[in-house]
Amino acid sequence: MEESLQNLWFGFGVALEPHNLMWSFFGVLIGNMIGVLPGMGALSTISILLPLTYTMQPVPAILMLAGIFYGSQYGGAIGAILLNMPSHPPHAVTCLDGYPMTKQGKGGTALGITMISSFFAASFGITVMVFASPLLVRIAFKFGPAEMFSIMLLGLIAGSTMARGSPLKGVAMTLVGVLIGMVGTDINSGAPRFTFGLVELMDHVELVALAMGLFGVADFLRNVNRLEFVGTKMAVRFRDMRPSLAELRQAFFPMVRGTLIGTLFGAMPGTGPTITTFIAYAVERKVSRTPERFGHGALEGVAAPEAASHSKTQVDFIPTMSLGIPGDAVMALLLGALLIQGIQPGPQLIREHADLFWGLIASFWVGNVILILLNVPLIGVWVKLLAVPYRFLFPSALFFIAVGVYSTNSSLFDVMEVLFFGVVGALFMALEFPIAPIILGFVLGPLMEENFRRALVLSHGDLAVFFQRPISLGFMAACGLLVFWLAAFGLRGRLGAAPMRAVRVGDGE
Amino acid sequence: MLNPTSKTRDFWGGALVTLLGLGAMLEASTYRLGTLGRMGPGFFPIAVGAVLALVGLCLMISARFAAAEPRSVALAPEWRGWLLICLGIVSFVLVGRYGGLLPATFAIVFISALADRANSIATATVLALALVAVCVVIFWWFLRIQLPLFRWG
Repeated sequence: MEESLQNLWFGFGVALEPHNLMWSFFGVLIGNMIGVLPGMGALSTISILLPLTYTMQPVPAILMLAGIFYGSQYGGAIGAILLNMPSHPPHAVTCLDGYPMTKQGKGGTALGITMISSFFAASFGITVMVFASPLLVRIAFKFGPAEMFSIMLLGLIAGSTMARGSPLKGVAMTLVGVLIGMVGTDINSGAPRFTFGLVELMDHVELVALAMGLFGVADFLRNVNRLEFVGTKMAVRFRDMRPSLAELRQAFFPMVRGTLIGTLFGAMPGTGPTITTFIAYAVERKVSRTPERFGHGALEGVAAPEAASHSKTQVDFIPTMSLGIPGDAVMALLLGALLIQGIQPGPQLIREHADLFWGLIASFWVGNVILILLNVPLIGVWVKLLAVPYRFLFPSALFFIAVGVYSTNSSLFDVMEVLFFGVVGALFMALEFPIAPIILGFVLGPLMEENFRRALVLSHGDLAVFFQRPISLGFMAACGLLVFWLAAFGLRGRLGAAPMRAVRVGDGE
Repeated sequence: MLNPTSKTRDFWGGALVTLLGLGAMLEASTYRLGTLGRMGPGFFPIAVGAVLALVGLCLMISARFAAAEPRSVALAPEWRGWLLICLGIVSFVLVGRYGGLLPATFAIVFISALADRANSIATATVLALALVAVCVVIFWWFLRIQLPLFRWG
């Protein structure tokens, strides 16, 4: 512990070096600015700015990229809450209640709560990262393919049931997402699947294109000529940003629960932030005494997932840096940036590149303070975005989406994918299917398949492997309980608090 | 949008999902299946397709037994809006491919702006020109996007 504190002190020394601080500030500012633009998520922002770091020193390069990351993450939350556009998939959940709050004229409060939740959660996540890093790495090492598969299955089942209405529809959309995730070259055999002869699809469907199609274009198709302004009540003033004491009290426990869920999942390699936010949201909905408010502007539905995503993000750096297993696409990009700099992530990284590892940790704190300082004056600018009439907003947003998706891979084909998924999403929405689970299935599907196949290779085709290992058995039991409760209560159209309790028992394993 | 009651809508939703599942199974059946211990590329897609088709069937059955509730408001189709938004994206791709970033920017904004009936040709032009300026400053000058501003053929 003392050693960790000493290392942290050393890290602050690195992060506060003027030119490192400058790059960190620059990253947060640019990330926030671009992340707020509709259609520009952390993924596209980092990919566009990645080439800038090629000529930089490793430490400032990674500090700037991390700054871009959480800057754009917060910017993305602003877009999700004010415009119902999740440019980074984890914010899909934030939209569910953040956007209704905006429509009720409480968008300012939602933004304020988001900021408080993210700062609280990030601070907690950083603390965990500093002190529990070695322990969490040891737990993560115990996860074999069987455990990975069962926890992801649990996440998928839990995630699909958070949809409003029929859980069956949520499950259906999750599976559609899994199928979309299969498009492209099969990792194990190299055989093309569901590519229908299109060479561009060999490289898999682009996540950004899928998300922007489903949540951006589909929404424009549904709302054109039906919406005058993005929100209905536009009386958001600066002082509305500050939540009242009652609202703070309302948001406090969801924030703590979200933070804990995010921390727990951050320690597990392969479970991305999307699943974490989905589960945090589902837990809030199940423990709430008034679950019917969710989806109609419940403050808890904003606080918990935002906290979960930020603590998860911080803790996620542990498997990324120490095991070389990225939690999601953004972490994969950061991993790529490290490799470009000639730094091999792995257990030896903390020892060999102490300045980088501890400097990065310290810069998280510095960066989060910068983020708050920036957003206090700039939030007024973001709020002004609301005053833009929808008829000006959606053509502009469409352009940002097209350019953002194009720039992710410099591919015009990806822009066509956006159109395709926009039409598909609009069709599913018209049939009243929830579309957020598609993203969940898409992100987790390939990882699930890989681990499923690997687990069965190791067990020589014996399916019992998922029930013989204790951790895996716990997750599987939770899955079974969840399905049972859904079958028992779902048919009658009402869901008790019980299923999510089962999930939390599973998490504790 | 397609049907006035949630009952028939859920039925057709279930039918669509079933079809998707069956289609995935059909396509995946051309891939090598393999065994449980050594799975080929076809194994997982067929399993997922089967479960999807099953879920779709359940949806269709439960829609049959659900109480029919009429939709509150039937929204009129917006063919012009839908068409122009889609056309806008297509034009970005085509014009971007053969004409470069600036004409593509103008095309997507101009065409999709016309999707909203409240926008006139003049407002759409002004909006498109404004975004062309934004595009030059942010994406071309600052972010150095790969697409050239203009290109021929």
